[in-house]
Amino acid sequence: MAQLSYLSPSSVDDAVKALSGPSARALSGGTDLLVQVRSGRAKPDQIVDLKRIPGLIGIRSENGGFVIGSATCGAMLSEHATLSKIWPGIVEAANLIGSTQVQGRASLGGNLCNASPAADSVPALIAARAICVIAGPAGTREAAVETIVTGPGKTSLAAGEFIIAFKLPPRGPRSSDAYLRMIPRTEMDIAVAGAAVSLALDTDGVCTSAFVALSAVAPTALLVAEAGQALIGSRLEAAALTRMEEAVRGACQPISDKRGTADYRTKIAAVLAHRAAVIAWNRAKEQA
Amino acid sequence: MNKPVKPDDTGAILKVVGTRPIRPDGVEKVTGRAAYGADLHLPGMLIGKVKRSPHAHARIVSIDTRKALALPGVKAVMTSADMPDLAAEHYEAGESASNLKDLSANVMARGKVLYHGHAIAAVAATSNAIADQALDLIEIVYETLPHVIDVEEAMAEGAPILHDQMFTAGLSETPTKASNIATKHRLDRGDLAAGFASADVIVETRYSSAAVHQGYIEPHACVASFAADGQTQVWSSSQGHFVIRGLCAKLLKLRFSDVRVIPAEIGGGFGGKTTVYLEPLALVLSQKSGHPVKMVMTREEVFRATGPTSASVVTVKMGAKSDGTITAAQVDLKFQAGAFAGSPVGAAVMTSLACYDVANFEITGWDVVTNSPKVAAYRAPGAPNAALGVECAVDELAEKLGMDPMVFREKNAVRNGVRAPYGPVYKNIGYVETLEAIKSHPHMSIPLGPNQGRGIAAGFWFNIGGESTVNVSINEDGTAIVSTGSPDIGGSRASMAMMAAEVLGIGVEQVRPIVADTASIGFSTVTGGSRTTFATGMAVVQAAEKLVIDLKRRAAETWGVEIDQVVWQDGAAHCLQAEKAPKGALTLAALAGSAGKTGGPIATVVALNAQGAGPGFGVHVCDVEVDPETGHVTVLRYTAAQDVGKAIHPAYVEGQIQGGVAQGIGWALNEEYVFSTGGVMENAGFLDYRVPVASDLPMIDAIMVEVPNPAHPYGAKGVGEVPIVPPLAALAIAVRHATGVRMHDLPLSPSKIRAAIDANAR
Repeated sequence: MAQLSYLSPSSVDDAVKALSGPSARALSGGTDLLVQVRSGRAKPDQIVDLKRIPGLIGIRSENGGFVIGSATCGAMLSEHATLSKIWPGIVEAANLIGSTQVQGRASLGGNLCNASPAADSVPALIAARAICVIAGPAGTREAAVETIVTGPGKTSLAAGEFIIAFKLPPRGPRSSDAYLRMIPRTEMDIAVAGAAVSLALDTDGVCTSAFVALSAVAPTALLVAEAGQALIGSRLEAAALTRMEEAVRGACQPISDKRGTADYRTKIAAVLAHRAAVIAWNRAKEQA
Repeated sequence: MNKPVKPDDTGAILKVVGTRPIRPDGVEKVTGRAAYGADLHLPGMLIGKVKRSPHAHARIVSIDTRKALALPGVKAVMTSADMPDLAAEHYEAGESASNLKDLSANVMARGKVLYHGHAIAAVAATSNAIADQALDLIEIVYETLPHVIDVEEAMAEGAPILHDQMFTAGLSETPTKASNIATKHRLDRGDLAAGFASADVIVETRYSSAAVHQGYIEPHACVASFAADGQTQVWSSSQGHFVIRGLCAKLLKLRFSDVRVIPAEIGGGFGGKTTVYLEPLALVLSQKSGHPVKMVMTREEVFRATGPTSASVVTVKMGAKSDGTITAAQVDLKFQAGAFAGSPVGAAVMTSLACYDVANFEITGWDVVTNSPKVAAYRAPGAPNAALGVECAVDELAEKLGMDPMVFREKNAVRNGVRAPYGPVYKNIGYVETLEAIKSHPHMSIPLGPNQGRGIAAGFWFNIGGESTVNVSINEDGTAIVSTGSPDIGGSRASMAMMAAEVLGIGVEQVRPIVADTASIGFSTVTGGSRTTFATGMAVVQAAEKLVIDLKRRAAETWGVEIDQVVWQDGAAHCLQAEKAPKGALTLAALAGSAGKTGGPIATVVALNAQGAGPGFGVHVCDVEVDPETGHVTVLRYTAAQDVGKAIHPAYVEGQIQGGVAQGIGWALNEEYVFSTGGVMENAGFLDYRVPVASDLPMIDAIMVEVPNPAHPYGAKGVGEVPIVPPLAALAIAVRHATGVRMHDLPLSPSKIRAAIDANAR
């Protein structure tokens, strides 16, 4: 770390240019990046702070959905009453990251691009079918959240690319989401496994759409289509939940490490998905 | 409530002792002004860093430091070649004796590296970045060796041997073959076979616990300055700066008078800061470079190269008659010592059955070296591991007998007059009273819901006295300074000031307690062994009492009366012959103001080796709820009763009890050293080494039982260590009752609990 330069561009174009260097890293809250730099795990020669770019911080409504700037911190998400009402699962997932102090910095964009399989907000965004708006040398493109992370510490973003914002789709009535994770402590920890469920119900409480996404049970967060399918057409009766749990267990491909055994992670992912589905269903029923 | 009374024949009512004033060091600490080990900066100061072994066990073939030394900004590089090669010599330091040869080889590897993270070289440079770069330029050739970390594997035939010259001590015949077993300890009484033969019920069981770290928040840190004339100064945070002085002087062959150690504020020690790691290296680097050198460990270094306490395996065989009388107990304790001999297994042997009146017993302890960091003292060293095995065995035995475990404990409890397993006859102990405090506590009648369980366990710690020096002086305005050589790790400044204020008859805010450096006060051993309030406190009281005699003499002289005509009350001398003192009483301020005319400054020193420390007993009850699907344990409520003798400052006694329990809960549930197959600790940080966070803990209700210790002026007993002894067993027993499964290997982490529940269901 002989030379480390810091840039804080105020335009997308300048940021794209600054990030095109061979070992430049984007900075939003810095709660992962700065720790990695300090420990020597990351050795960038240029840190590009994205927070001064207009639109990178903030939450706005657009075309019936939400657009969340990628550097928006967790505290801003939880303080946004409408977002918290419509997407409680995303907000609770983002708010599980770190401590109260960390919540003042840590962002959705950082949590995704840090590319940890255990990132808490990522399965919630995937289950919500969130779309990333990505700036880069070739202009702006959009991609589903689950296409960004390709493995631990690796993303599909090309040199010079960074995420500007997340788009959440319009939400009908009787829809909601939930995220649960298992940690040995009660806070200040990293998920041993996590599960997000996003549901929409008809007037009889029957699931018309359902998405289930998992964290910490594979090299990347997983969208488990069969698990969601298992819930559609059900009122979360036992048989449907059992089918969903089986689909979840079938999708898990975890490792055994200091945070838990593969067997435990697989069992817990199903437990968490079951519980998250019930929470999401109860929440959806209350969303008129 | 009765008025607090001094536990001697005077029956004097106490005004300060037993109250809860704000601690004198509190404001500095909560406002961030207190200067800890890493806070000192000196002109020309360099940064020192340590090169550490990447292997768990290897022979050092060569070390080439030339490239590092050639790097601009690097001012010194050192290895063990720069330290005296010492002969094996025992040196009483802190809570345990140190072998100086081992200690030297631990702070800087000599010949072999014995654990991943073992120091092998150190550099001093003008910046952090240059120091880091220099470490990378040190070239070391290793010949790697097979390693062993598990204690039972290390004891097994054919295990890799750490020390060619280690021959097990304590065997009937001296062995000729080197072993990883440093010492076999043994304690026995009565006829074991006859004891078991007379038992109606016998349990045989085994419990293990993983290595855990003390987890102090402040990493080790120091600054050392080695002057050209050989005088040195060391600023460091420790539990005993006199021990730091002694170890530095011994390891580097310096005169004690040439080593001045100035105590920094300490951010937690729990026993782990009673030895040296960085200080000798910083001194060598300072001598070689001619500059002061500062060294601060990272958290990772703290985990990899300091602390922990032993992983252990405890097997217990215990028999009882159907009426609940224990007839025999056999306890075997295997303790991981880390790279050098000296686990706390000796204390584990002595404490294991200390709560029980057992006629026939045999206790065996094994001190076993392993390729892991050398263990350091941790709060009641050895006792929690032993209590895990014994208290869980007691619960199993009570269950087998169909007896209430509390009644079973009462029936077999040690009382005054009973000979302790480790030798002395108990007197003035409060174990039965402590059992009663829990038995009659409302906690015991709270109903439990599904997946909830209750665990009860007891614990014992000796508590010690030892050497302390205290200087009390009266300032010109009548305020007082109390100087001790005892670092304040648990509120001792407050308790020292309170005891001095009590004797002098002044307000506690009139007394300023300080911790003086090694050149400013006489020898005082470490703050450890739960000794400071007892031993240093005894010296404070004696010093203040000497001053009161001196003050009465001065007043008597002023009034022209005999000293027996003067009484000291409420911070003033009063004359029994009123006509001799027309202006009334002479206050401390008045006597201080005229001290020049009555013999000069008012000051005194007391140096003593305090005897008669009273052993402590604790009884804990905890309720847990286990999520059967995730295996997650929630501690619902926790009540800890302890015989504290007399609480000088009750809030800090409660704090000690709560702190010990919090650490014990962490030890029981989630804390552990996780090693890779290569012998590398995989969780060397607070993210994956899981001490409990505040939200993991319930309010810990501390019940102070006060059975005074007559050897202390106010009846104090040590309080800091007992509370970590029962929690391991209390949690394990509670989890058993919540899940129906008895788990034998700590920590009781969620994945283990879920696996045990699944296995039980099969």
